[in-house]
Amino acid sequence: MKKQSPIIGLVFWILVSFLTLFPIYWLFVISVKPAVQLFSTPDVILSDPYWGNYAKVWGDRLLRSYMVNSLIISSGNAILCTVLGFFACYALSRFNMSGKESIFFWTITNRMAPPAVFLLPLFLLMTQVYAVGEWRLLDTRIGMILVYCTFNLPFAIWTLRPTVDGIPKELDEAAFVDGASPWKVITEVVFPLCRPGLAVTLILTWVFAWNEYLLAATLTNFNARTLTTGLSEYVTTTGTEWGIMATISVFTLIPALIVFGMVQRHIVAGLTFGAVKG
Amino acid sequence: MQSNRLGWILLAPTLVILFFFGVLPFIYVVYVSFHQWNPFAANPEMIFNGADNFRRIVFDAEFLNSVGVTVAFVFFAVLSELIVGYFLAQAFMKDFPGKAFFRTIHTLPLIMAPIIVGSVWKLMTTPSIGIIPHYLDEWFGITMNIGTSAPAAFATIVIMDVWHWTPLVTLTLIAALVSLPADPFEQAQIDGANSRQIFWHITLPMIMPAVVATVFIRLMDALRTVDEVWMLTGGGPGSATRFVGVHIFKEVFPKTNYGYGSTISVIVLYLTIVACWLLYVTMLAPRNTKED
Repeated sequence: MKKQSPIIGLVFWILVSFLTLFPIYWLFVISVKPAVQLFSTPDVILSDPYWGNYAKVWGDRLLRSYMVNSLIISSGNAILCTVLGFFACYALSRFNMSGKESIFFWTITNRMAPPAVFLLPLFLLMTQVYAVGEWRLLDTRIGMILVYCTFNLPFAIWTLRPTVDGIPKELDEAAFVDGASPWKVITEVVFPLCRPGLAVTLILTWVFAWNEYLLAATLTNFNARTLTTGLSEYVTTTGTEWGIMATISVFTLIPALIVFGMVQRHIVAGLTFGAVKG
Repeated sequence: MQSNRLGWILLAPTLVILFFFGVLPFIYVVYVSFHQWNPFAANPEMIFNGADNFRRIVFDAEFLNSVGVTVAFVFFAVLSELIVGYFLAQAFMKDFPGKAFFRTIHTLPLIMAPIIVGSVWKLMTTPSIGIIPHYLDEWFGITMNIGTSAPAAFATIVIMDVWHWTPLVTLTLIAALVSLPADPFEQAQIDGANSRQIFWHITLPMIMPAVVATVFIRLMDALRTVDEVWMLTGGGPGSATRFVGVHIFKEVFPKTNYGYGSTISVIVLYLTIVACWLLYVTMLAPRNTKED
C-alpha cells in the first residue's frame, strides 16, 4: 500500500462520519424544535434549542414503563438466545447427531418468515393456546422474550457456530480425560473461550430485540408495551407529533449506544456469521 | 465421541421454542392459505377454496411486480453495501489516528430501530419540510419529490438501506480481512502482481465466505423488510417501493385478505428458503464440512 498523507485520510474520515452522523443529528434537531417551527425553512445549524419535548417525554410515566419493558424484554431475550444458541452450537459442533446439518439450516428459516402474516397465528396462540386459566401469554414480558426468539435464536446459532467450531475438540477431550463432567467442560472450558463471539451475539440480538416494532405492536397492549410501539402512538389521525417522536427516538438510541459501546472492541473478532475460516 | 443424548438435550430448548413460536404459526399460515378469510369482518368465517389462492398468485400482476421491485432493491442495495463496505473495511485495516473513534461512529446506524430510521429519512426527504429536497432545489435546481417520483422514492429507499446496513457489512468484512494470512500477499508482491490482480485473484476468493454470508443475511432481512419502507413511503408512489414484505402487509391489513396474504407468505417463504438454501449448499456448506 502507498503511503498517504494523514491529512487526506483525516478529511476522508470526517466526510464519511458526516454522512453517517447527519440523519442522527437531524433526529436530534427535530427533537429540540417546537412544533410550529417544524414546517418552516430547514436550517442545518441548530439555534435556540427548545427542551419542551424532553420534559414532556421524561415526565410521561407511561413511556418510562415502556422503557423498563423494553430493557427487560431485550436483555432477557438476548441472554436467553445467546445461552441457548451456545448450547445448540456446542451440540451441533461436537456430536454426530443424524440430520444435524438440516437442523442447523432449518433454524435460520424461522428468521425468513414475512412477519405480517405470522402476527395473527401468534396472537391466537398466545391468547387461546398458551394460556393457563386466566393467565395468558399475550401482553407479557416473558411472552415477548419467547416470541423474539423466532428471529434472534437462529441468528445467535448462525453467528456462534463458527466460533464454537473454531475451538479445538482436543481441549474438551483433555478436560474429559481429567475427569471433568460434560457440564463443567461446556461452562468452564468452552464457554470462556468463545467470549468474543458471545459478546457480539449478545449485543446484536439485544439490538434486534430492542428495535423490533411489528410484533410488539400487535402482541402487547399495555403491560409489556415497548418503547418502539410508544413511538407509533404519536402518529395519530390528527397529524403526527414529530417532535415527540424524535425525542422518544433519541431516548431509544441512548441505551443502545451504551450497550454497544461496552462491547465495541469484541465486535470485529466475533463477527463471522455462518462463515468458517478455511 | 460421547453419546448423542447430551447433544439432543442441549439442542432441546432451541427446538422446543422454535416449534411453539415458529413451526405452529407456520402450520396455521399454510392451513389458512387454502381458505378465503377476513378475520376482521363481522362474520369471520373461513371458506375453504382449495388451490384458488395459489392459482390467483400466478396471474397476480401486483404480486409479480412486487417480486421484481424486491429483487431490484436487493440487487442495488446489497451490491452497494458490499462495495462501500469493502472500501471502508480496507481503509480500516490501516492504522491512523482516531481509528477506533471513526469506527465507532461508522457503526452507529446499525443500532437504530428500522422504524426510527424510516421516520428520520421521511423527515429529511419529505417535500417542503425535508432538508434534502430543500437544498437540492436551492443549490442545484433539482426537484426531488418522493411522494410523486417513483425513481426518487426507490433511490431514497436504497440509499437509506445502504446507510443503515453498510456498517454490518463493513464489520463482517473487517473480521474476514483480519483473519487473512500474510504469505500469499507477500508472494504476489514479489511476483510483481498489481493491486487489481491481487484483489481479484487473492483477496476476493479468500474473503468469499464472508461475502456470501453477508449476502445471505442481507438477502434474508431485505425480503422481510416492512417497518422502514412502510414508514418512509408506504410502498408508493404507485407500487414503486412495494416490496413483498410491504405487499403482504397491505394485503393483510388495509385489504383484509388474510387467506390470500397467507398464500403469498407461503410462496415468498418458500422462494426465500430455496434461494438461501442454494446459496448455502453451494457457497457456505462445503467449507463448513471440509474440516470434519
